[in-house]
Amino acid sequence: MQELSEILAHAEQAVSDAADLAALDGVRVRYLGKKGALTEYLKGMGQLPPEERPRAGQAVNEAKQRLQGLIKARGDILEAERLERRLAGEAVDVTLPGRGQPRGGLHPVTRTLQRIERIFAEMGFEVAEGPEVEDDYHNFEALNIPAHHPARAMHDTFYFPDGRLLRTHTSPVQVRVMESRKPPLRIIAPGRVYRCDSDLTHTPMFHQVEGLMVDESISFADLKGILHDFAMRFFERELEVRFRPSYFPFTEPSAEMDIQCVHCSGAGCRVCKQSGWLEVLGCGMVHPRVFEFVGVDNEQYTGFAFGLGVERFAMLRYGVNDLRMFFENDLRFLRQFA
Amino acid sequence: MRLSEQWLREWVNPPVATPALAEQLTMAGLEVDAVEPVAPAFSGVVVGEVLEVRPHPDADKLRVCQVDVGGAAPLGIVCGAPNVRPGMRAPTAVVGAELPGGFRIKKAKLRGEPSAGMLCSAAELGLNEDASGLWDLPADAPVGEDLRAWLGLEDHCIEVDLTPNRGDCLSVAGVAREVGVLNRVPVTPPALEPVAATCPDTFPVTLEAGDQCPRYTGRVIRGIRTGVSSPLWLQERLRRSGLRSISPVVDVTNYVLLELGQPMHAFDLDRLRGGIVVRMARSGEPITLLDGQVLELDPETLVIADGDHAQAIAGVMGGEGSGVEAETVNVFLESAYFEPVATAGRARRHGLHTDSSHRFERGVDPQLQARALERATRLLLDIVGGEPGPLIEAKDDAHLPAGREVSLRRERIARVLGTTIADAEVGDTLERLGMRVSATAAGWTVKVPTYRFDVEREVDLIEEIGRIHGYARLPVRRPTGELLMPELPETRVELERMQGELAARGYQEAVTYSFVDPKLQAVLDPGREPLALANPISADLAVMRTSLWPGLVQALRYNQNRQEPMVRLFETGLRFVPVDGELKQERMIGAVAAGLSAPEQWSLPRRKVDFFDLKADVEALLALTGEPEAFRFVRSTHPALHPGQAAEILRGDEVAGRVGLLHPAVERDLDLDGPVYLFELRLAVLERARLPAFRELSRFPAVRRDLALVLDETVSAEQLVACIRAVAGASQEEVRIFDVYRGEGIDPGRKSLAISLTFRDPSRTLNEAEINEALKRVVNALQTELNASLRE
Repeated sequence: MQELSEILAHAEQAVSDAADLAALDGVRVRYLGKKGALTEYLKGMGQLPPEERPRAGQAVNEAKQRLQGLIKARGDILEAERLERRLAGEAVDVTLPGRGQPRGGLHPVTRTLQRIERIFAEMGFEVAEGPEVEDDYHNFEALNIPAHHPARAMHDTFYFPDGRLLRTHTSPVQVRVMESRKPPLRIIAPGRVYRCDSDLTHTPMFHQVEGLMVDESISFADLKGILHDFAMRFFERELEVRFRPSYFPFTEPSAEMDIQCVHCSGAGCRVCKQSGWLEVLGCGMVHPRVFEFVGVDNEQYTGFAFGLGVERFAMLRYGVNDLRMFFENDLRFLRQFA
Repeated sequence: MRLSEQWLREWVNPPVATPALAEQLTMAGLEVDAVEPVAPAFSGVVVGEVLEVRPHPDADKLRVCQVDVGGAAPLGIVCGAPNVRPGMRAPTAVVGAELPGGFRIKKAKLRGEPSAGMLCSAAELGLNEDASGLWDLPADAPVGEDLRAWLGLEDHCIEVDLTPNRGDCLSVAGVAREVGVLNRVPVTPPALEPVAATCPDTFPVTLEAGDQCPRYTGRVIRGIRTGVSSPLWLQERLRRSGLRSISPVVDVTNYVLLELGQPMHAFDLDRLRGGIVVRMARSGEPITLLDGQVLELDPETLVIADGDHAQAIAGVMGGEGSGVEAETVNVFLESAYFEPVATAGRARRHGLHTDSSHRFERGVDPQLQARALERATRLLLDIVGGEPGPLIEAKDDAHLPAGREVSLRRERIARVLGTTIADAEVGDTLERLGMRVSATAAGWTVKVPTYRFDVEREVDLIEEIGRIHGYARLPVRRPTGELLMPELPETRVELERMQGELAARGYQEAVTYSFVDPKLQAVLDPGREPLALANPISADLAVMRTSLWPGLVQALRYNQNRQEPMVRLFETGLRFVPVDGELKQERMIGAVAAGLSAPEQWSLPRRKVDFFDLKADVEALLALTGEPEAFRFVRSTHPALHPGQAAEILRGDEVAGRVGLLHPAVERDLDLDGPVYLFELRLAVLERARLPAFRELSRFPAVRRDLALVLDETVSAEQLVACIRAVAGASQEEVRIFDVYRGEGIDPGRKSLAISLTFRDPSRTLNEAEINEALKRVVNALQTELNASLRE
């Protein structure tokens, strides 16, 4: 069947010449469609002698199948090429920045406060708050700082005309908590405090965290243990601490805690003024007179309290060298603490 | 307080080196701030005697001197000092000497004359600022002796920063006592014999305010020599303690103040009239102080007066009218005890702070006055001679503080310090601190010396024991206690989540001062009278904020001045709002957003922030409550906000806060780059959350229908949704406005809205008829109630 093989040869050539799926479909219609060459050829078989028909029919079917196979194979290739082109067209520069609003962040003081709160919260300390405009009683009197006490001179208090004041420390929260709740107590009180002082190393507002633990068998040894652990957890390193006797009217015995300088590890540097030590917080055993003011039995209970400056901890932790930056709110500064 | 180590070691001399001594003091609560040499390093400087002075042949201002430095022959030294004279003794740096700053003395020729050394001023030796001439040493200075050895310059100034409770340590005697206890070595004060009177003169003293001055001692000294200066050793001790030498009388009172801690005052007896009266000042009574300041006194202030006038503010400062002067020959010395309350606050009230008031405020030993007076008399007689009268004392026994008795329990020491301290150590410590200790069954009875104003009760003694034992030696323990589950209210939105939400939406947290500029606040929150500070640090930090906006706007301006094209800041904290005489200190969260809506980027069109950016941020916070539908935005005006872009946010009837665009006029006045959007919310309203309550999910499909409506501009989205909800029926699930259009094809005053309605029933599939029916109700209601028309 000379003619059939000729048709097939042309068809095969047309398939391999088809440049795209539309052209390929044209080839399919031209040969396999209702009026396609092979279809027409099949129709022409009616004129063949009956004994030749089965063989010719088989030959045509084989040709059809072969052509269908070729079209499919060609189609697959063209399809793959099309996908390839689409993918190539859809490629993006993955290094271009993502769309939308970049993240902001928390203020370093908040970040530090949250960290301190979390460390103490894990030990069962609850967060307590108090007013910032305070009365003299809670800020001074009930903390064993009567009028004219020389310790008041250390406080540089902001006053209001009616005698109220801006709290100079978070210690009044101790008093307020003990006025309303009975021991055992484990409290920390973070917040803003105010001193009428402004220079390179003082801002008129800063943050403190007050801590208070009152129970039946709390001693100075517990105070040392907790604060030493806190310093190590906060700075995430082994460091030496030391407790020096000091004076706060509302604690007795009183102490300042120094930590080994986190900058030079105690060798002596600019940050620790060559001493190897950094003074980081004040603490002590709650003065029995404070217990008397708030009606806690000072024979039955003992307790410790401490107060730390949050900015000081943040400065040491993050290497900030100027206290005033915390309150300038320069975005270039704030963005460093996301 | 500064003191000389040498002086201290005269009293108590433990075998510890200077750095260890400083460390001991610091670790005992007497914080040593600095230890400095009393003189800079120099060597080869001896006492020289100028034998001969002749002019330099070739220089007008130079002289050629022959100086005896104890050697075989005098040295020829060329000198330019104006005060050089034959017979003078002056520090002489010999060849090979090294002066401060590394300056070496060599043989030299000055304008042709050989010079084998240098005569020195005090400034050249780094001992004071006096560079006017050679240091004119006393006539008895030992010629040839090394100056450092002779003056004892191998000494240190120890600067101790004392806490206000340790007034007893504001003297060499007090620090010596501490050093003695810490090293368990004896303390030996200088020998002190009472001075016998050689003249009978006394001066009357009347105590009118015995409660404030229960003891006043004094003495008349007649006929002191004038024109004498204090001996060098005394001047040196004062210098090393940070005081200047003034005159022998003043120097002696200062010396006793430093040595024993008793502030004293010397009057010129001839300038006093009548007698001494210790009394309260009269209202408006004037006084001119030694420093020239003129004050008007009030009846709260204790004064030392004579028959006529107030002559001194007791324990603070003397008056000009009766102070000793160069020609004073008859002196009245005062050594008194003033109650701490008599001086505390008084000095500060007049803006004064003196070495004297510093000590009286903290407490001076009420038993010290006579001893100090004897010491001062002795010193003064040795220096300027004179005839001392008998010691005068006026006292009010009823008001003199008696030593307290405090009982101390062994068990309590252990309970507070967390460890047992041996009885022997307790006794020894307390006794060396000057306490008298007697044993009892449970511990001790302790008689506290009158100089320990800070030791009032048992715990004060425990502190002393712990302090001297050493805090470092006390044990370290971790407290044990009941493990208690915390309360964790789930219907409370933690502040941390809100802060986190805003941070996630591009806001940086700011912390601004709680006191603000009253002018700025009056613009941003007018109509509220803020709480004003009585003593603000500056005029622009003078009133308490009634809103977080002033601080945020200030921070915005700061950043805009630094070319930030987009600022988003938030803050949390109290606002202080006076309401009917009460002050509400209310926790707030507030924010400012200005400039671009997002940082300029390749994939978003550049545009300015707008109302709905801010509203989305607010809504994100409201959503944390779990019931954002409980909040409404109600258009409202605020003087600082744009009248068309401001809303109050309500939760039910409760005001939750406010959001809006800063009024363009305010923006211009504050010199800001707009648009500036602000919000402020009350945390108390935002913190209440709904506990999630599960509702069954519908398994049936939702059907969506869209409507295009034309409405009057005045119809709000809220009205539209409410109108739909009222009639659409229970199966209507969601209403969404997906387009708002104004302009071509829409009449002015009207707007076109595209909305989608979603219908779904929990229990079955809705049929077409039901949905059409509902839609018809909706359209009818919109047409009749809101004058809406359907758009083709």
